[in-house]
Amino acid sequence: MNPARGSLLGIEHLEATEILRLLKFARRMNPDKPRPLLKGKRVLLLFYEASTRTRSSFEIAAKTMGAHTVLIQASGSSIEKGESLLDTGYTVRAVGADIIVIRHPNAGAPYIMAQHIDVPVINAGDGLHEHPSQALLDAYTILRNKKTFKGLQIAIVGDIFHSRVARSACHLLSKFGVKIILCGPPELAPDIATTLAPGVRVTRHIDDALRGTDVVMLLRVQKERLSGLKIDLPEYIARYQMNPARLKMAKKDAIVMHPGPIIRGLELTSEIADGAQSRILEEVRYGVPTRMAILARAMGKMR
Amino acid sequence: MTSTEKNRANRPTTTLLIKGGHLIDPAARIDAPMDVLLKDGRVAEVAPPHKIKGADEKFDARGLIVAPGFIDLHVHLREPGQTHKETIATGTAAAAAGGFTSVCTMPNTAPVVDSVEWIEWLRQPERGAIVNVFVIAAATRASKGVTLTDFRALHTAGAIAVTDDGKPILDDAIMREALVLGGELNFPVVQHAEDTRMTENCSMHAGARSFRLGLRGMTAAAEASIVERDVQLAMHIPNARLHVAHLSTADALKSVRRGKRAKARVTFEVTPHHFTLTDEDMRDYDSNYKMNPPLRSASDLEAILAALADGTVDAIATDHAPHAAHEKEMEFEGAAFGITGLETALALAITRLHREKRIPVARIVELFTAGPARCFDLRGRGSLVRGSVGDVTVFDPKKKWTFDAAKSRSKSKNTPFDGWQLTGKAVATIVAGKMVYSG
Repeated sequence: MNPARGSLLGIEHLEATEILRLLKFARRMNPDKPRPLLKGKRVLLLFYEASTRTRSSFEIAAKTMGAHTVLIQASGSSIEKGESLLDTGYTVRAVGADIIVIRHPNAGAPYIMAQHIDVPVINAGDGLHEHPSQALLDAYTILRNKKTFKGLQIAIVGDIFHSRVARSACHLLSKFGVKIILCGPPELAPDIATTLAPGVRVTRHIDDALRGTDVVMLLRVQKERLSGLKIDLPEYIARYQMNPARLKMAKKDAIVMHPGPIIRGLELTSEIADGAQSRILEEVRYGVPTRMAILARAMGKMR
Repeated sequence: MTSTEKNRANRPTTTLLIKGGHLIDPAARIDAPMDVLLKDGRVAEVAPPHKIKGADEKFDARGLIVAPGFIDLHVHLREPGQTHKETIATGTAAAAAGGFTSVCTMPNTAPVVDSVEWIEWLRQPERGAIVNVFVIAAATRASKGVTLTDFRALHTAGAIAVTDDGKPILDDAIMREALVLGGELNFPVVQHAEDTRMTENCSMHAGARSFRLGLRGMTAAAEASIVERDVQLAMHIPNARLHVAHLSTADALKSVRRGKRAKARVTFEVTPHHFTLTDEDMRDYDSNYKMNPPLRSASDLEAILAALADGTVDAIATDHAPHAAHEKEMEFEGAAFGITGLETALALAITRLHREKRIPVARIVELFTAGPARCFDLRGRGSLVRGSVGDVTVFDPKKKWTFDAAKSRSKSKNTPFDGWQLTGKAVATIVAGKMVYSG
């Protein structure tokens, strides 16, 4: 079965025009002004993995639009008792879900769900694969700060390999011709990453990545996903940590982004996290209107 | 059925003449129109058309290829213990439909086939096998890779090889010991070559596609390093016999080529899916594309095709690995490894190797017959010279058909080839003179 209309499974196969429609619509959404586009609808938040930002902003977005939300987490539900992904899907559908928002530690889990359940499925992060709502809110943040994607250069620094945020960001920004430079040690920023999308380059040197860049996106070293991979953290900090001296190499008006959670003292210093160029909390804020747009689109209300 | 009737049914007292066909028997260097007479379960005579007269039964093989019965060195029949996936009865029915008269069943069952008792159990008629089932026993107890099984006893009980398939024999000392002991008994050690220390949590081949899909990848090195070690061991242990299961990478192939050049007793098989598909073919996390070893890169596939064409590959084996739907229809990373293959192997070989790559049909027949028979010393099989076992596969190399997994004789339907239009199909499968499949 094909995924239901309005599903958002990834950025890779989303058209540029559709992305712009979403971003435009998000611009019209105001979290402080309820818009009952989803009145009476039931949004099931199926979270198999921990989340603070994504979960709360999907929930607030849904409620702002008048939907009921139900949160199901792995612990404290039948998932803990061994219920399969699809059986959980059939169950929440039977309960009356109109939209399923799913976060899952396995890449592709939302695809499997969407192939079997006849309501829109929204990927809220699947393993190492994609995190489309994050890419959209990042694009939204970039556009609010830079007005256009034209001629932009972004440096994505850190654990690219384990990052669904990086994959989705590369797909999205590449569609608009943004120059993308991935930076990190080979274990975290493998050369194969250049095959992800046109315009992606990999460098080992932070100076090379930052020179002339408009956007610096920092990523956390995902200890929980290293799977036996050993990373020398002091070495990582020495070579890649973002600090004020390094940030000076970027353009004067460069902005610093991070999908969170941030680990102060590791991928960035507090001066950077709290500094004037940081847009980290702005990203979180823009998560709500962006996800309102995603939910409206799921219900065919993005007009 | 009474026991007398059963005996009569099992005893082919009649003679069967397969006439009008084109015989390809690579071991006997025959590739010509020939009639074949089977009598008392054996080959009684092979002669040019119209020379053999008077048979109780005749099979009209006009326009068809007559070949020695196909042998599959690598099949998971799932007994004992996993009958929800497959049974010997359903698995051998699928084998017969695919043209196989002999299959070698793998020991990674529940429990593991690591004792004489289980070998005997597998060979009992109650299992309902309709083709020959040869048992490959576990190389180490419970396939834990720690203590070798009793090779001598297993060999005497009728096992034809040993393996820990599904897992590798990782420990250097254990593998050496297995090859030494195997060498003394002329017993092939079959290796599932995967350095599992390098493939933790991996579910497909490591490459651009796995990176894009966010799936951890098994590197070619994880296979090649084990094959290289094993070939080195085999080169230096007198009489050691190494058989590399489902070889899938160009790098591992280099090691095997080197071993063969050095006259080491190294044989290997490749699977139809590894010569047909690459890691780029999987769509939408479809776990019917998940198997171990995984689908590899296009350059690995090219290397395998070259080795099939130039005579290096010893056998095509299916690695038929049935799984129930609920074990496959799930998150890709959690889904079971393996696909079914018995009913599509011949057609994929004809379609991909012969029609697309121009590999002669005779070479394909060799890869299904003389080649595998040599790997495991299956005496009297793999050829139709007079006196051989009367196992015959008759197939139509031009027959176009569409594979419908739902109609598979296997208990499981986990295949990426559902709905594929293929060319080449078994028309008759004859085991010891008795027709077990006709289609």
